[in-house]
Amino acid sequence: MAIEIVQPSVELSKIALSETHGEDSPYFAGWKAYDENPYHELHNPSGVIQMGLAENQVSFDLLEEYLESNLESANWGQKVSGFRENALFQDYHGLVSFRKAMASFMEEVRGGKAKFNPERIVLTAGATAANELLTFILANPGDALLVPTPYYPGFDRDLRWRTGVQIVPIHCESSNNFQITPEALEAAYDHARSMNIKVKGVLITNPSNPLGATIQRKVLEEILDFVTRKNIHLVSDEIYSGSAFYADEFVSIAEVLESRNYKDSERCHIVYSLSKDLGLPGFRVGTVYSYNDQVVTTARRMSSFTLISSQTQFLLASMLSDKEFTRKYIKINRERLKKRYEMIINGLKKAGIECLKGNAGLFCWMNLSPYLEEPTIESELAIWKTIMHEVRLNISPGSSCHCSEPGWFRVCFANMSEETLEVALSRIHEFITTRKQ
Amino acid sequence: MDIALNTTHNFLSKIATNDGHGENSPYFDGWKAYDSDPYHHETNPSGVIQMGLAENQLCFDLIQEWIGNHPEASICTPQGGFDFKEIALFQDYHGLPEFRSAIANFMSRVRGSRVQFDPDRIVMSGGATGAHETLAFCLANRGEAFLVPTPYYPGFDRDLKWRTGVELIPVVCESSNNFKVTLGALEEAYDKAKESNIKVKGLLITNPSNPLGTFYDKETLKTLVDFINEKNIHLVCDEIYAGTVTRENEFVSIAEVLEEFPTICDHNLIHIVYSLSKDMGFPGFRVGIIYSFNDTVVNIARKMSSFGLVSTQTQHMVASMLSENDFVDNFIKESRNRLAHRHDMFTRELAQVGIGSLESNAGLFFWMDLRRFLKEPTFESEMTFWRTIISEIKLNVSPGSSFHCNEPGWFRVCFANMDDATVMVALERIKSFVHETRMLEIKTMAKIKTKKQCWQNNLQLKLSSRRLEDIMSPQYSPLNSPMLRAQN
Repeated sequence: MAIEIVQPSVELSKIALSETHGEDSPYFAGWKAYDENPYHELHNPSGVIQMGLAENQVSFDLLEEYLESNLESANWGQKVSGFRENALFQDYHGLVSFRKAMASFMEEVRGGKAKFNPERIVLTAGATAANELLTFILANPGDALLVPTPYYPGFDRDLRWRTGVQIVPIHCESSNNFQITPEALEAAYDHARSMNIKVKGVLITNPSNPLGATIQRKVLEEILDFVTRKNIHLVSDEIYSGSAFYADEFVSIAEVLESRNYKDSERCHIVYSLSKDLGLPGFRVGTVYSYNDQVVTTARRMSSFTLISSQTQFLLASMLSDKEFTRKYIKINRERLKKRYEMIINGLKKAGIECLKGNAGLFCWMNLSPYLEEPTIESELAIWKTIMHEVRLNISPGSSCHCSEPGWFRVCFANMSEETLEVALSRIHEFITTRKQ
Repeated sequence: MDIALNTTHNFLSKIATNDGHGENSPYFDGWKAYDSDPYHHETNPSGVIQMGLAENQLCFDLIQEWIGNHPEASICTPQGGFDFKEIALFQDYHGLPEFRSAIANFMSRVRGSRVQFDPDRIVMSGGATGAHETLAFCLANRGEAFLVPTPYYPGFDRDLKWRTGVELIPVVCESSNNFKVTLGALEEAYDKAKESNIKVKGLLITNPSNPLGTFYDKETLKTLVDFINEKNIHLVCDEIYAGTVTRENEFVSIAEVLEEFPTICDHNLIHIVYSLSKDMGFPGFRVGIIYSFNDTVVNIARKMSSFGLVSTQTQHMVASMLSENDFVDNFIKESRNRLAHRHDMFTRELAQVGIGSLESNAGLFFWMDLRRFLKEPTFESEMTFWRTIISEIKLNVSPGSSFHCNEPGWFRVCFANMDDATVMVALERIKSFVHETRMLEIKTMAKIKTKKQCWQNNLQLKLSSRRLEDIMSPQYSPLNSPMLRAQN
């Protein structure tokens, strides 16, 4: 006998039904537009150019070259045991050779100015997982992390969605190039306290996404003093550390801690990933590096939910411990990114558009506030829609990054060929020229 | 003002400082013993043999052969290198389409092609570990509960509860009916939750079962589906061992039940967890799958998969391998044969020395009945005896209490994670121990003049010889070596 299923649909969790996954943000709406009409030099020259995706495609040839000359170490060789051992390896400590390679690579990226202990490296499937994992460890549901604005839209999901933790913004302003000030730190902290929210830490991204600029040493020292005073944590997401155009302009929190003889370092944790510097987002290679033993132990246990494929660990272990290769790669990668940056800055300048002075990352922070009808978010989104549909460029509006001033846009430049970048620049030029008339 | 850091009580979260990680369970003490003294047939022949790790190592030769013949499956070979950049950049949480198709194809063939799977319902996760946690986040709020039949995989205590705050309520199963799940037990567990004011959001079953090595028959599955449908709660079926069923065409997947009886329940309640860790023997590759019949759950779980995507390098290789039907069919067949052979060898040899186990036809382990070796039918005795097994017999097996078994004396013994030679050594050790125990019993019996001790079939044997007590008492103490292996 057929049973008619007439029931109220079964409940899913509050987490499942909430919108904290963040995908309704304009940040993602632009991607949809791109997906529906993607630019292609030959097949779709009038399509949407993707400038909203912070990918690094400028240095793949170096990786491919390395693999071609190191096939044996990249593959498992002819032995059955090589494959089997690798396939069976699920130890959450990770392949020792890979952890050592990551520590070594992180040191190379910092020009040897800081040392990393492989025993403190915890592996996660991407920085996305690393940031969520740290949040679970450092804060309880309802607690808050202070995050300087503008910030990477993904944090709204990564830090908040399943953890139940809140983000309280540290407001930064264009008047001082969006630098984090002690006053802004205090103001954010006090604001949280006034709402009876417990602050558990500060999370910075250095170099900054979306600003494309490194944080100055003096500011890092101030932030470190602040978190020490308040007895809270400091998470430094240094995912773009290898994308600073000039090696000596990037200062890692690791260097500051080292100079202080690691005093108060147990409150500090670094997030890193190979998604940006090496351009390998698909491989899901992230890491939590903590100076706090208990955090390392707990993070390692939690990484069970998000381990890195042992196949990928094996592939990258030899590559990243090859110092000759990594030094060459890091140097050339920096140069190429710098060149791209200069290309886009000059191109925008010719069109009369100013950008924040940047020195790192895969994007620039473009200022279109002079072109807004009104200094409002609505105006910003209006011009953004126009740029998306008429100019056919997907760029990211500052409001999706929680910027406190309307009119700023993040424009990615490393995920396309130089030719495509030229096309994008000429479209912008035309758009601005038309608008001025 | 300098505040001393780690003495501040609230410096880390509650989750970070509680026991939810589950590593203080005896399940892991055995692993520590193994890690500090691992058996090796040449370099350490008296070391501990690992029988507490449910791995499938029997068919790597087949895989290696395939890999050797398919250089294009690796992005690091000249043949496959062309795809390197595209694969390395691809981070779409839908996963490579060919990966999803290959997984759907494999899942179907593991079930004898009796049912088809829709690639669009395939969601990635960080192993089955990640899949379970994600589903718990999707289906239940903090403080709400899942019912789980005992005995169950110890990892669930961490996977479903730790970061989610979800509770697990046991559905007690008993040896008297071979640990089958009964409607009575389900109702009892459900009512108990209600009395404690805990909202039950779902029922989680592992089919085939870990640790029992048995699978659910169609009638039982239908009963479970009726139950969850009536209560309007979810049913999560962990079918991670689907490919380890040694008798063909007898394993019934929940997917088959839905196909044969489409109106039996609201399909939105049904979710499958799968992984390549057991059937293929690829735990290191972290290929976890959520397959849900609920569109919203597919959608949300997919968003959550950002926290545990499968490396595209691995997706690419798996896609190549599992879309080749000849290879897949042969692999499944061979694997089952080899597992059956191992399983039968073990159970036969043990039966010869009077050690029984639950009759089973699946899994990488069997559920060994050592009740008669316990001094008393208590969990303390079980733990004492278990320590003996590790320190004297030098085998790491898993005590039933760590699986929340309601009756002491049962042990899970894994057999697929070692070569044939090691199997013989393990069997020898068990046989020697049983023989020794018998010898001692005989000597003891000879000394006893009264009838205080009788030899009962029901296996409640009390031994009072001092020599025996020496063997039974814990000379071994769990070492403090750090946990080296990820959970299994």
